[in-house]
Amino acid sequence: MIEASDLTKRYGPTVAVDDLSFVVKPGRVTGFLGPNGAGKSTTMRMILGLDRPTGGQVLIDGRRYGELEHPLRTVGALLDARWAHPNRSARSHLRWLARSNQLPRSRVDEVLDLVGLSSVADKRAGGFSLGMSQRLGIAGALLGDPQVLLFDEPVNGLDPEGILWIRQLMQGLAAEGRTVLVSSHLLSEMALTASDLVVIGRGRLIAQASTAEFVDAAAGQSILVRSPRSDRLSVLLTANGASVVADPGDGPPALLVTGVTAEQIGDTAAANGIALHELSPRRGSLEEAFMQITGDDVEYASGSGNGRHRNENNPVGATS
Amino acid sequence: MSTLAVERIKLTSTRSPWWCTGLALTAVVGIAALYAGLADGDVPMDVSSTQIGNALGMMIMMVMAALAVTTEYRFGTIRATFLAVPSRTRALVAKTTVVAVVTGLVGLAAAFLSWGTGALIRPSVDLGLRTAADWRMVAGAGLTYLFAAIFALGIGILVRQSAAAVSILLVWPLLLEQLVQLIPNVGRDIQDWLPFTAANRFLTMTESVPEIPYGPWGALAYFAAVSLAVLVVGLLVAQRRDA
Repeated sequence: MIEASDLTKRYGPTVAVDDLSFVVKPGRVTGFLGPNGAGKSTTMRMILGLDRPTGGQVLIDGRRYGELEHPLRTVGALLDARWAHPNRSARSHLRWLARSNQLPRSRVDEVLDLVGLSSVADKRAGGFSLGMSQRLGIAGALLGDPQVLLFDEPVNGLDPEGILWIRQLMQGLAAEGRTVLVSSHLLSEMALTASDLVVIGRGRLIAQASTAEFVDAAAGQSILVRSPRSDRLSVLLTANGASVVADPGDGPPALLVTGVTAEQIGDTAAANGIALHELSPRRGSLEEAFMQITGDDVEYASGSGNGRHRNENNPVGATS
Repeated sequence: MSTLAVERIKLTSTRSPWWCTGLALTAVVGIAALYAGLADGDVPMDVSSTQIGNALGMMIMMVMAALAVTTEYRFGTIRATFLAVPSRTRALVAKTTVVAVVTGLVGLAAAFLSWGTGALIRPSVDLGLRTAADWRMVAGAGLTYLFAAIFALGIGILVRQSAAAVSILLVWPLLLEQLVQLIPNVGRDIQDWLPFTAANRFLTMTESVPEIPYGPWGALAYFAAVSLAVLVVGLLVAQRRDA
């Protein structure tokens, strides 16, 4: 369990993380989502005691990172795969890490085996590909068999095989009851990996919700309706308070309805003797949801600009 | 104890500390051999002439010591270290202890090896260690190397960059401390309080001199105090700033 409360980090006049509060629960993969420069890495560094918060605090199982006795046994982190000396072998790298938290030497071989680096264990880490470096970093994170795991952009630059491996690893770790926080700016990846989301933009919390809720709420849950009498149906639904537009898609002519449920549409059609050929709720993609909600919070927006204004009707509502 | 073991593993599992140590030993002993081989009747030879390469060896080991911490910043392993040992002071003191003790032992080895080399090449010259000053000149190198390593680590922790740390460590003793004595009137007085001048005097002073405000052991104590002060400032800064 990770609990951040009123976490703030300022660098001079720049506010990197602004009064951020969220909770990461055990037993599920929580995606930490935000555009580049939103403050994800800074937040993770504050969780791990590397950066000193300007205000607020973050607790791991009720304690600050610095108060943990053998921290690697409680928290495993992969912040940067390149945090290994290029001229030191993978085995030596893990050996000093293990020694620092009084973990048995046999554990080094176990994690090397787990990440599939046993055959190159005595090669220097500097000669590793990005995928291998990533595996070495993960071996380091898993060394102390920790209950809490943090991964910062773990799939960046990996090939599809590596991405799949990391995704399954994270879900496996969560299934074992561990707390897994994984940051990414890749929304599609988070849609596949994470069941909960903490979404930030410009250092502020935008949403904390399950992935499904986030998408539903953000996409406005439109419903696709096809009917031979769509003109009549459109009038009836609008009278009931729905908003109706023609589906801009390539398929056969259809209506996109928002503001009423699928049940209400079906009932209305039946009551008026109108046949329906299709009635399907459409889930928006995570990308759409993300762009809609964080659109104003991109730090380095391209093009010239609309002034800074927050989304008026934040559909999920920042929880704190 | 485990933090000391960690730093020992780190220091011995890359090649550059071995190279630096080999280079330092070769340089010090090589210079002693060269001097002993070339010295003839016109150039007097004594214990001090076997030790003339010591300052160079100390420089090389100071570079090694500074790199032991700056490469950690360069490659991000310092963050991995602070994740494993959140007390930064504890982690950095362990590193300083291991590197300083190794450097001290290298200094001791370099000094005795070059003394032995001198005696071997010029068996006719009496190089016996008889006085306290003779012993201090040879065995004392272990102590000056040790505190020089602490000084170098302190600088390394403060500046975090290899190039900057090495520049400071070379310019300070070789240039700065030599130029100060050229300042009219006060230059000589300031010189007494320059750390590497004091370290050199610890090794080379034969007896207390009235113009110098400290004896040989006072000189070492002063050098040690400056080195430890630099380290403490480094530790305090490392504790406060973001890793």
